[in-house]
Amino acid sequence: MSEEVLVEQKTELEERFPEISRDERKGYAGFIVPAEKLVEFATGLRDEFGYDFLSSVTGVDYLPEEKLEVVYHAYKTTGGSELVYKVQVPRDNPVVPSLTPVFPGANLQEREAWDLVGIRFDGHPNLKRVLTWEGFEGHPLQKDWQEPFYEEDGKPFKSRWPGGDVIRSEDNNPFNKNVDYPEGFDPALWEPVGESAVYAGVGRLDHAVSETALSTDQIVVNLGPQHPSTHGVFRMVVRLEGETVVDLEPVMGYLHRNHEKIGERNTFLMNIPFTDRLDYFNSMSNNFGYVLAVEKLMGTKPPERAEYLRVMMAELTRIVNHLAAIGFLLNDLGAFFTPLLYAFEERELILDIFEAVSGSRMMCNYYRFAGMARDLPDGVFEQVKSLVLDRLPAKIDDLDTFLTNNEIIRARSIGVGVLTAEDAIAHSAVGPVLRASGVPYDVRRADPYGIYNRFEFDVAVRYHGDIYDRYLIRLDEIRQSIRILEQVIRDIPEGPIQEGKPQYQVRVPAGEAYGRVEGPKGELGFYVVSNGKPNPWRYHVRAPSFINLTALGVMGKNYKIADVVSILGSIDIVLGETDR
Amino acid sequence: MTEDFNSPGYDIPPEMEGQVAITTLDKVYNWSRRNSIWPMMFGLACCGIEMICAATSRFDFSRFGMEVMRPSPRQSDLMIVSGTVTKKMIPQIVRLYNQMPEPKYVLAMGACASGGGPFKEGYSVVDGVDKFIPVDVYVPGCPPTPQALLHGLITLQKKIDIQSIKNVRWYSKDPVEAIPIPVLGPDLMDPREYELIKDYTAEKQVEEEEVPVAEEA
Repeated sequence: MSEEVLVEQKTELEERFPEISRDERKGYAGFIVPAEKLVEFATGLRDEFGYDFLSSVTGVDYLPEEKLEVVYHAYKTTGGSELVYKVQVPRDNPVVPSLTPVFPGANLQEREAWDLVGIRFDGHPNLKRVLTWEGFEGHPLQKDWQEPFYEEDGKPFKSRWPGGDVIRSEDNNPFNKNVDYPEGFDPALWEPVGESAVYAGVGRLDHAVSETALSTDQIVVNLGPQHPSTHGVFRMVVRLEGETVVDLEPVMGYLHRNHEKIGERNTFLMNIPFTDRLDYFNSMSNNFGYVLAVEKLMGTKPPERAEYLRVMMAELTRIVNHLAAIGFLLNDLGAFFTPLLYAFEERELILDIFEAVSGSRMMCNYYRFAGMARDLPDGVFEQVKSLVLDRLPAKIDDLDTFLTNNEIIRARSIGVGVLTAEDAIAHSAVGPVLRASGVPYDVRRADPYGIYNRFEFDVAVRYHGDIYDRYLIRLDEIRQSIRILEQVIRDIPEGPIQEGKPQYQVRVPAGEAYGRVEGPKGELGFYVVSNGKPNPWRYHVRAPSFINLTALGVMGKNYKIADVVSILGSIDIVLGETDR
Repeated sequence: MTEDFNSPGYDIPPEMEGQVAITTLDKVYNWSRRNSIWPMMFGLACCGIEMICAATSRFDFSRFGMEVMRPSPRQSDLMIVSGTVTKKMIPQIVRLYNQMPEPKYVLAMGACASGGGPFKEGYSVVDGVDKFIPVDVYVPGCPPTPQALLHGLITLQKKIDIQSIKNVRWYSKDPVEAIPIPVLGPDLMDPREYELIKDYTAEKQVEEEEVPVAEEA
């Protein structure tokens, strides 16, 4: 989209909504919407201007201005760049109308903004804490909130650097561990609120699921967080009628590792290895999204060879992810471990490449601002070449032959867990989940980043929106990735891999930036706010695994409990990213 | 195989070699246990993926008798704490540990489980699972490679080798006490520390009243 069109549209928007004003702060873009006009604005934007996809909702604490801000990123599913709008509310009474009735996809994100930043969303159907627990003291992402091991606002901590002193944080804590309690708190008088709050969200239906069904008592069943089918520490609370799921609520936060709070204490460069640990299958594409966001702020670009290396690694990691996703899905469908063994065999070969280039199998930490950490070592290019050109296509065909027409797989997955295209868009579903529902939306095509506009590939799309299509689309995407990799291998130039000198401390001008990539699980976005200091002021991750779970309730309702397990498998979540 | 068993100092007639072994009860007991450690199928985070890798073809820990991963704590001998332990998760982990039958072992896999790792400074991360449950083997790494995990498991086997029926915990006269399950209040609370918490918060309140500006700074 060219600049002029954007400008034109902005005036059109301003004519339609005279209440809104442009965000005039230096380095910022978008509009500031008065809180009372928000719902009207968002609805109008969707219905009249085509911004039907609300990608990201997050809160920012502007402590010096005594304001809390909610930032919305909206897109068109037909493609194009983002439209950012914001709502500012005073810090002492932060109430914003909820967009959940208009965009159900805002549900979990608004709960997260309430949990971590402390913004109350008026009209939200289920405004509870999501990553921490009910009863947790304070809202951790408020700038004046301090964790028990707090030392300073930003790293490097003066107590350790440059002296290199080692300090055990435990030694400064009266309990010798990572805890702190509010003043005057007495455990004897304290009443627990946690568990009952979880079950309160699972509503009760008054009528039976179908007229002909035997009427039974409804029971609440808890799956997880320790359950072999939940892909880690995910938890679902389901209300069952017989074996049929009547209501379902995802419960998460069991792997909440404070990614964003730690990210705001870190310097910009220090965050790259932390992004590895978000979606630990795909550290390469996590790196990619984060460096894109910071490069937007810095206004730099990597040299040509680095661009190609980035695409090469991102596509290899997509293959890794989809192989594993198929393997785990088959686990959930009852084919225990055998397909996974086939998938992991190929995964190991790709991990060998990652280990050779970055030094680590999983946590690669390979991308840098305006470049890459190091060039390919000797022999690795040939390794990639033979793997991609000779081995992988045949192995993917093998998987296809063994699995796609298997009777049990077809019986268990065709027509199960259907998500319609409208529901998928409304629930902000991304990645294979969205495309399996018939929406051909791929960030690599819709809003190209890096050098993706140079490559020839098809956006894989399937139309039934069931588990089977979500399985097939992953096979399709592996094949497209191989296609891209073939072009990368053909075209990759020699040359430098870093623009300028590699730096430990990058200078990032004040402003905001949103960098997004089409990660293997969907649109992975990084919203970074800098105030010119060495540490980001706000660092938010738009995690596809987290937001795709918003649609789990829609997908899982009225199916059997065993199907819900495979529906969850077909979304392909990773808890490191869901809970951050 | 009988060579592994034979205690030194006993002569076995040549015609019975390879069929008869003279050994100690401890040795037989430990030999059978060390070669059938069933880990709990329980992945917490990134390390869980490397644990799965250790089970797949290339690394294959079934060579050591460990391939039977049990999702139920009631059937497992070893808890591999594979990943970051959060405050929200630790009550479940302690409960699972209590549910495991004796003899039971704990292996802390990776930096997070051993001491908080890169996320230690975070507000909802437990700085080491050993703050709550006893750990037998620590495996460093972030995440440890499958080879490192295998080394940890072999170290555990060596630890089992030197245990003796006479003084192991699970044959002592007194019953083994369950570990109290931590509670999620305003922050994570260990029921054994309620008094300490009360004293601390009362003291904090007094300080607060004396120096009212402390909060703003």
